[in-house]
Amino acid sequence: MSFEWPWQYNFPPFFTLQPNVDTRQKQLAAWCSLALSYCRHHKLYTLGIMEVQECPVFNHKNIDRKLSTEAILIVFEELRKKGNLEWLDKNKTQCLVMWRRPEEWGKLIYQWVSKNGMVNTVFTLYELANGDDTESEEFHGLEEWMLIRSLQALQTDGKAEVITMDDGKGVKFF
Amino acid sequence: MDRFTWSNGLLEMNETLVIQQRGVKLYDGEDKAKLDVGIALLSTHQLIWRDLKNHECCIAIPLSQIIYFEEQAAGIGKRRLTEELSQKRWESTPMSQPIPTATNSQTGRTRAVGIVGIERKIEERRKETEKNISEAFEDLSKLMVKAKEMVELSRSIANKIKDKQGDITEDETIRFKSYLLSMGIANPVTRETHGSGTHYHLQLAKQLGDILLAPLELLSPEDLVNACKMFESLKQPLRLRIFDSGVMVVQLQSHSEEEMISSALDNVTDKGSLTAEEFAKLLGLSVLLSKERLLLAEKMGHLCRDDSVEGLRFYPNLFNSQA
Repeated sequence: MSFEWPWQYNFPPFFTLQPNVDTRQKQLAAWCSLALSYCRHHKLYTLGIMEVQECPVFNHKNIDRKLSTEAILIVFEELRKKGNLEWLDKNKTQCLVMWRRPEEWGKLIYQWVSKNGMVNTVFTLYELANGDDTESEEFHGLEEWMLIRSLQALQTDGKAEVITMDDGKGVKFF
Repeated sequence: MDRFTWSNGLLEMNETLVIQQRGVKLYDGEDKAKLDVGIALLSTHQLIWRDLKNHECCIAIPLSQIIYFEEQAAGIGKRRLTEELSQKRWESTPMSQPIPTATNSQTGRTRAVGIVGIERKIEERRKETEKNISEAFEDLSKLMVKAKEMVELSRSIANKIKDKQGDITEDETIRFKSYLLSMGIANPVTRETHGSGTHYHLQLAKQLGDILLAPLELLSPEDLVNACKMFESLKQPLRLRIFDSGVMVVQLQSHSEEEMISSALDNVTDKGSLTAEEFAKLLGLSVLLSKERLLLAEKMGHLCRDDSVEGLRFYPNLFNSQA
């Protein structure tokens, strides 16, 4: 399925950081939404600032408009505040994009687990994210760092426990 | 120099010598006249110069014809001359006519031709200078006259209020309006707009007084701006609008923000997008003013901007209007 661009993507002012505060809020909200849905569609979990600038999301060649680096960083800061982004380094060159937050993943995983009556079972992380059983699930292919965070979120809720095994980590659901 | 006439150098009956000075040279403007070293005599009626070498060569100018003089170093005595000029003793005892040029001696006539030419040149130059100066001051004096009139009017208004002496007449109102018009305020307040407002009259008169009663000053831009800032408190249908950029305009209140903004929005929506230049052309406004309007509409959230290498362009704010 090809990615569907929102109407703003073809609206030139979208690529200019708006001076009017109220307008800017709406603009940034639209950018956050677009960035996340693009990452979700392409299953991107980490982003580098350098590549991002040339990414079609921020560089719309058809209308000859691109979002400035300054504006990109502002969008990323918004994402960070909302819990959807994490910088991997102080210089802000690499970041983790959580188009779904750990809590949300955890919920999805737990839903699948309980739906299939697999509570009280122990899974290895690999099984969960890459096993045949989960192939049709959204969390299939989830990167390990995100998976762990998701399970840790469930753990906080008392719904799971992360355990260390001989050849890696695993999880038990309650 | 052409005011000088040949003279026999003799004093009249009622004329007295005030002072005389030797070694006086005559200059025609900047140039030296044909008359060289002589003796100058100041009498109650005239200023006489007699050639030392040729006593017959003598010219004089009646004091009544001296309008301008300046002293240089050891002059004939500015004080003396000033005294004589102010006393005007010649007026009470008029002289007989000075001897006309025609009756002069042969040598005298040749000299007269030379002098007359020089004298004519001086006179022309003097006339020219006078004309230039008076032209330059014409406007100023017109302004002074008008300012004086306005001061009179405002005083009269202020007095009337003070003495509670009835209403300000229609005539005065009309005069007052026309003054404001000439000052550039297109639609000044009228009694109709503010009602009986004595308070207003007081404020306005006070304000006018402050501006106009300042001794013989021209209206500075600062004063004008400060006066304009008072429009709102004086309930005048005028507003001083100061844009974010600092540009100040005086506009009619009817030129409300609402109207400007909605018309800007209409125009932009109609054309899809507009730059300040395009908008200016469309409305027949200056680019500066049209940009201010677009910025205002943007500030109010009706427009948004597209800033690229192609320039600054304004669009309807779809972020607001569209889901």
